[in-house]
Amino acid sequence: MQLLQTSLDAPFAIQMENLVKTYGSGPTAVHAIRGVNLSVRPGEVVGLLGPSGSGKTTLLQCLGAIIDPTSGRIILDGELIYDNGWLIKDLRALRRDKIGFVFQAPYLIPFISVLDNVALLPMLAGQSNSNARQRALELLTVLEVSHRAHAKPFELSGGEQQRVAIARALANKPPFILADEPTAPLDSDRSLIVMNLLARLAAQYNTAIIVITHDDVIIPRFKRLYRLRDGIATEEQGEGLPFPDQPA
Amino acid sequence: MINLAVKEIAYSWFRYVLTAFGLGLLIGVTLTMTGLVRGMMDDAISLIQGTHADLWVVQDDTMGPYAESSTLYDDLYRSIAGLPGVAEVSNVAYLTVQARYGGTDIRVLVAGFNHDRPGEPPYLVAGRPITKSHYEAIADTKTGLKVGDKIGIRRDEYTIVGLTNRMVSSGGDPVVFITMQDAQIVQFQKDNTSIYNDRNRLASNPQLNRPGIPGLLQAVTVSQLSNNKINAVLVRVSPGYDPSGVADNIRRWKHFKVYTYEQMTKILQEKVIVNALRQLGMFMGILAIVSTAIIALIIYTMTLGKIKEIAVLKLVGAKNSTIAGMILQEAWGLGLLGFIVGKVASTLWAPFFPKHIEFIFTDTIVAFLLTMLICTLSSIIGIRAALKVQPSSALGG
Repeated sequence: MQLLQTSLDAPFAIQMENLVKTYGSGPTAVHAIRGVNLSVRPGEVVGLLGPSGSGKTTLLQCLGAIIDPTSGRIILDGELIYDNGWLIKDLRALRRDKIGFVFQAPYLIPFISVLDNVALLPMLAGQSNSNARQRALELLTVLEVSHRAHAKPFELSGGEQQRVAIARALANKPPFILADEPTAPLDSDRSLIVMNLLARLAAQYNTAIIVITHDDVIIPRFKRLYRLRDGIATEEQGEGLPFPDQPA
Repeated sequence: MINLAVKEIAYSWFRYVLTAFGLGLLIGVTLTMTGLVRGMMDDAISLIQGTHADLWVVQDDTMGPYAESSTLYDDLYRSIAGLPGVAEVSNVAYLTVQARYGGTDIRVLVAGFNHDRPGEPPYLVAGRPITKSHYEAIADTKTGLKVGDKIGIRRDEYTIVGLTNRMVSSGGDPVVFITMQDAQIVQFQKDNTSIYNDRNRLASNPQLNRPGIPGLLQAVTVSQLSNNKINAVLVRVSPGYDPSGVADNIRRWKHFKVYTYEQMTKILQEKVIVNALRQLGMFMGILAIVSTAIIALIIYTMTLGKIKEIAVLKLVGAKNSTIAGMILQEAWGLGLLGFIVGKVASTLWAPFFPKHIEFIFTDTIVAFLLTMLICTLSSIIGIRAALKVQPSSALGG
């Protein structure tokens, strides 16, 4: 088994080794993921690219502990969680505490306030309402939407909603965030702003982020990315262009 | 942990309240049906309760005047009065008629009674008791008549001198009390044309109009036109006597059918109004099924409306119990709100129903518990739909 080599010595926030996912069996089996090796360090933002049908969604679901891989290993935050089978019984708690999700659309709960949307995750994790709301307010302040804390999601602009969604993903201080085309509904300027935000937060909270994207505007900003084709991931060095409002 | 159900209800309160209002009207109809059944059962025995009798002596092989035709001679009471344990006896006659009033008809049960005897109206809410032998009446307030009004019953006109309350037939028709003599006329006296025709028929019968027996035709004619029939004899038993024992004695010696209060109540509630009760029961059953289906559909639709949010909740680690609890609480809220609307609505519209609607506290409690049970069962479909949602469906477009 070959471990993915990186140029840095820092421990990985997420590491996949020879991960395989096959749907069905026999002659009709579909090999969605064919021995993918992938790793992301804390504070690093990595791109995951690939055309439709390349296995991105399957890989995302395996990483997000949503579906069972067929074989391989996953190490999350230094803990081996999958070794040809899940070693963690409560995958729901794993997702809640260790993985943040940012979706194409914000998917905020429409009937609770912005503050509660963010505070919901710490509450689900067992934190008291006041602690959870305090944490949520901190994140909303960092993301510059604290002035809309008590508004309902529909009262916010698309960009504000996406920032709230990012705050929600960070609410339980996960070591790793999966962002599934987070800039898809946004124009170029807003896409860059969101990506800049993600990069800043990754550094600020030492969180590893994998961004699945097709967005030509943000792809050149990754320093490192994985290109997925027919279930096989290839690591590439990105251009690492600075974000517009970020010092070069 | 915040209460997601309360938050969602507060968020879409108008739609929720509107849904609950619609559901409440359905529950209100069901409650009214229940009240109608209770009212019918209450109505069925209100008349026999009002007679204050212990026994009903009726024609043999019949179930008495409330269930079927029963005819006895009006002098029977004399022989019953002499039996041991009999305190009071009284003849009664009952007849449902369309009484004329102010150019329209009122369907009433005419009850003939003897003054100060069993069968007399138990109390008056207005006016005075009947003091004349003829052409005075006491009416139930449900007739809408007032003291001083005049109503036409068959050939004669009667003046309302008093009003009583809650005296209705098993079918819910209000009772008009008149004297026994008047009741016999109303029930048995024929109109002039019939009398004329009957006399001619008797006269043309050679068996009855024999030249050798000149008084025979007259005797037969008089007997045919007499009004010496009644429907039942009411008996009040002396203190210390068992009504069943007295009834057995009357049956043994007089060869009539005798019913105790309990037996007469059973006849009225289990035989006379049983079909109506079954019909209402069927309606209530159908309404309960319809309500269940509607509640299930509402909750299912509400669940489908937030399927993406549920997927997100599951993805970010919400327990199934959290999601199921949210749906269940919304269903309970719907049931609670709907029940309040239904209770208020049924209480408000009940007085406008022509039949008596009786709401009993126990029925209300049972109905409430049933509503909540139906809501719980109905929410299962919504909960199943929610629990089937894959967290992965939050991913992708």
